[in-house]
Amino acid sequence: MTQSAPQVVDFPLRSPSVPFPPPGYADYRGQEGLVPSRLPNGERVWLVTRHEDVRAVLTNPKISSNPEHKGFPNVGESLGVPKQAQIPGWFVGLDSPEHDRFRKALIPEFTVRRVREMRPAIELTVQARLDAMLAAGDSADLVADFALPIPSLVISSLLGVPPTDREFFESRTRTLVAIRASTDQQRQAASKDLLRYIGRLVEIKGKWPGDDLVSRLLATGSIAPHELSGVLMLLLIAGHETTANNIALGVLTLLTNPQWIGDDRVVEETLRFHSVADLVSLRVAVEDVEISGQLVRAGEGIVPLVAAANHDENSFECPHMFDPSRSARHHVAFGYGVHQCLGQNLVRVEMEIAYRKLFERIPDLRLAVPAEGLAYKHDGVVHGLHELPVRW
Amino acid sequence: MRITVDPDRCVGAGQCVLSAPEVFDQDEDGLVTLVGAGPGAAKESSVRLAGALCPSQAITVHED
Ligand code: HEM
Ligand code: SF4
Repeated sequence: MTQSAPQVVDFPLRSPSVPFPPPGYADYRGQEGLVPSRLPNGERVWLVTRHEDVRAVLTNPKISSNPEHKGFPNVGESLGVPKQAQIPGWFVGLDSPEHDRFRKALIPEFTVRRVREMRPAIELTVQARLDAMLAAGDSADLVADFALPIPSLVISSLLGVPPTDREFFESRTRTLVAIRASTDQQRQAASKDLLRYIGRLVEIKGKWPGDDLVSRLLATGSIAPHELSGVLMLLLIAGHETTANNIALGVLTLLTNPQWIGDDRVVEETLRFHSVADLVSLRVAVEDVEISGQLVRAGEGIVPLVAAANHDENSFECPHMFDPSRSARHHVAFGYGVHQCLGQNLVRVEMEIAYRKLFERIPDLRLAVPAEGLAYKHDGVVHGLHELPVRW
Repeated sequence: MRITVDPDRCVGAGQCVLSAPEVFDQDEDGLVTLVGAGPGAAKESSVRLAGALCPSQAITVHED
């Protein structure tokens, strides 16, 4: 057990002056045990930075995902995201066995086979977006015009949102993530609109079931209608900005490393390299537990930094290099343990199709501004780009 | 080499199917199931990879 008191470090919030992942992560990985850190609100948390330790935390039954527990890291508050009460069905914030009822009901919707069946529809969605972009001129913001609409359209079709409502759906999801271009009030209104819409969707599918996820989940009877709204909101929120930011960052990486264009292995390496969900898998100890030789007491918050783990030299050779030829699948960009991303196989297909079609249709795609001038979402929970101006 | 799987632990992440589709599949509940002629049907390294990637320790690879 570590005896000496290591120095308490400031919580690694992202900032415009620090590259991502922050160079400080390498120092943390070199420290024995875990790294004690302080959030701007004064709360103490433990940072976990080595690949092996992140996996250990995310599979330990004495460590909880439930934000209702005292000591759960309030990272959102430091990023200006108001704390909200848990909504029923938000199972990423539940532990086993409560969590498992929801997860088990959803798994059949996201199997490798099911996602493969969605491929043609995703291809059409991407084609349609590219048609619209090309028709609009010879330049675009790849975040607003490509990366954000694709996952939103894919999720809305998955949920069974009728095509006539997809634009409504897309505009509200866009407002939710536009942290610079929208106000708190606008975002709350958009969130309310979506919740109301989803509630109505559940009601309608209850009365007139179709061949879609909502109808099938209702038919299983294992999830109550009021919980189902929370589940659908979770699918929407968990799968939108995360996917969009990976699409945009991946395109940027390809524009600066064009030798990898057309190679599907880019998908896995993009997930590892950019690790956009660095601050997503938050935890709290519910019993005293030892991690990496460090005693963590019940009620102490734990922040596994997946970007630090995915750049751990002991698990990835030359981790700072973007190298799609490596085998990167043991990355923890989707977390690990029972909460490991439910949508991961869907995302892999979305990213693959997005990169491939984009460079097939627009082979002379190039940045419209110097890469050094791009604005990153250091102020959001999920790492990404605010804009990606391109021309052709 | 032998493999045992525990569908009760499986969280349906599909890592095994991506690693060694000749050996692992997801049943209609999306949970892990063994298919085909057993581990011999795939490269041993892909089977080991599946075991190492499974996020919920639902796959055990016995090296005997
Ligand atoms: C590249 C895009 C994505 C990334 C990087 C990502 C990342 C993650 C991470 C790190 C977790 C674990 C959270 C934790 O440990 O507390 C997670 C969970 C989850 N993700 Fe994703 N995600 C992505 C896309 C999606 C998509 C497209 C969907 C669905 C449509 C989705 C649905 C979910 C759900 C439902 C959970 C909770 C699973 C559970 O608690 O059992 N995600 N995701
Ligand atoms: S990798 Fe593990 S959790 Fe995922 S489907 Fe296979 S057995 Fe289940």
